[in-house]
Amino acid sequence: MEASWGCLPLTGPDRTIERDWRFEALPELMGNDTVLAYGRGRSYGDSCINSHGTQLSTRRLNRFIRFDAEHGILNCEAGLTLDEILQVIVPRGWFLPVVPGTRFVTLGGAIANDVHGKNHHHAGSFGCHVLSLNLLRSDGTRQICTPSENGQRFAATIGGLGLTGLITSATVRLIPITCDELVVEDLPFNCIEEFTALSRQSIDWEYTVSWVDTFSRKGQVGRGIFSRARHAQDKRALAPGRSRPALGVPFAPPVSFVNRWTVNCFNQAYFWAGSKKQGMRHTHYQPFFFPLDTIANWNRVYGKNGFYQYQCVVPPSGSEQAIQTLMRDIHRSGEASFLAVLKEFGDRQSPGMLTFPRPGLTLALDFPNRGEKTKRLLASFDEIVMSVGGAIYPAKDARMSAAMFASGYSGMQEFLPEVDPKFSSAFWRRVQ
Amino acid sequence: MPTKSHILVFGASSAICHELLKLYAAEGAKYFLVGRDAAKLAAVADDLVARGGTVSGTASYDFNQWQHHQACVTQARDSLGKFDIVIVAHGSLPDQAECETASAPVKACMDDNFTSAAIIIQACAQQLALQGQGTLAVVSSVAGDRGRKSNYAYGAAKAGIDALVQGLQGRFSGSAVRVVNIKPGMMVSPMTAHLKHGPIWSTPVAIAPGIYRAISSGRRVCYVPGYWRLIMLVIRVLPTGILAKLPI
Repeated sequence: MEASWGCLPLTGPDRTIERDWRFEALPELMGNDTVLAYGRGRSYGDSCINSHGTQLSTRRLNRFIRFDAEHGILNCEAGLTLDEILQVIVPRGWFLPVVPGTRFVTLGGAIANDVHGKNHHHAGSFGCHVLSLNLLRSDGTRQICTPSENGQRFAATIGGLGLTGLITSATVRLIPITCDELVVEDLPFNCIEEFTALSRQSIDWEYTVSWVDTFSRKGQVGRGIFSRARHAQDKRALAPGRSRPALGVPFAPPVSFVNRWTVNCFNQAYFWAGSKKQGMRHTHYQPFFFPLDTIANWNRVYGKNGFYQYQCVVPPSGSEQAIQTLMRDIHRSGEASFLAVLKEFGDRQSPGMLTFPRPGLTLALDFPNRGEKTKRLLASFDEIVMSVGGAIYPAKDARMSAAMFASGYSGMQEFLPEVDPKFSSAFWRRVQ
Repeated sequence: MPTKSHILVFGASSAICHELLKLYAAEGAKYFLVGRDAAKLAAVADDLVARGGTVSGTASYDFNQWQHHQACVTQARDSLGKFDIVIVAHGSLPDQAECETASAPVKACMDDNFTSAAIIIQACAQQLALQGQGTLAVVSSVAGDRGRKSNYAYGAAKAGIDALVQGLQGRFSGSAVRVVNIKPGMMVSPMTAHLKHGPIWSTPVAIAPGIYRAISSGRRVCYVPGYWRLIMLVIRVLPTGILAKLPI
């Protein structure tokens, strides 16, 4: 039941306990037992799984505490999903400062993974907008952490993968909107150089993201669609949109639907469709920010063995070359990746010690789990990323080595003293 | 249905009730919330206010202090002015095995699920009678439809509520006061956290819209989710000899 988004065959916790109220104490832990908060299981790998331990489900910590609709300051419990938040704040003219690719993550998860969105080059990561958070430690103490009060613990908790204690609630600064729509422009590109040029030209667009075709025929590697958008300024509707997905994948097929043929067909069609609808258009925020949320449990199309997501960031110097090398290797491997997403991060620094986003290019890819073969392929990507001083995103990872993690996260030494000794995850035990 | 309903709630911090109240918050409802635990009540009140509702007052006390109920209803009426909707949703699930071997759990079950509810319902009904309109929604349970060996203590208390509600429906027939009997099936909630959940279990989030619609239309009996109407129909017509053999 408490699996992660990649549906990989991971060992689950021995027990899951529901948190009902933010003022409840942590459950008693016997012997060496450890605990980890579990929100909606949208992390892809094992960073949200505490194999053989205790997990605290935070889905009922979903209450608002205070919404200052005049100044756009929101204080709420950590188990609220971003969707639940948007349903309330959008009709009153506010939006979350940063949203990831799905609205079904919890606030606590957004903080613990210091998630980023299509506006990273403008707004930085989610942690840049957290004003304060309440932390419950395993010794029973409760701490209010802000950049100035308990600042070290605050910085450790932003992107801290839930290891510094249970985030019970947080306060976030929102951004004003006048309309629920975005002005979007899609532009096709044929290679990474063109992508970089478009990225540079689009610096004053709030949101940018690209889909890349990693699977097209020779000579087309690196073609894709560049999307840029900004909140529409019209005084029009402020509708929060559907809360539930319109469609769903009812069960995982025995074998993956994702293979070189289906991906090739999809990519051809997507590129063709994207090239056709050039020019500006207005669209509701949901399909722009959360296209995959339209299909509940889309992760099941990868079959019962699940899939790995691989997201890396490579620093600006030599980033184009590293991404090109990665894409060539993916193409050569013949391993399909439906969703190859490319984005240029900006230089706004997150307060988080273990934050993933940093200046450079980030590439995110999905691979059906074909066992050791897939792991070997991803390990070979790690070498490329490590050689240029890049990093892998823990929220999407289920396999990186301790060395890879250490190489990407120089804040580790500063982070260690802030870890709660009773909090742990399968990911943490692997990379330590 | 007036868009800004004035709502009195007993058992406001129960999971089902809170989900239901959220649906009224977006319309700017005004609440008076009553519960047993002040901290939980405050958490629910803050949530409803942030979602667009107004809380005119709260009261927390031990529901076994039956003398307090009338005073509480009066306080709520003074605070809200009138009641468009009164929701009685408190309760507790006893351990059936304990109820078979000891007296205290049986008394607690009847106090929590019947006695306190009956007194509250009576006091609220009286106020609605004076107003001449309004909707009283009582959350009972499918457990009251037929006594079964797995939970007849709880079932007996809820069956008592059923009889009370049926009587009130008769009393108010022909008037603008409506009485709605809400019968949830098995719910994944804090009250049932210790039980094993199966495929026919539902969640408070999933059933809240059904309860909302039943209150809006003033339906007399509302099974949520709807398939429980069918399940309970079968259970009600089963011959006693067969029912006794089933593990339910």
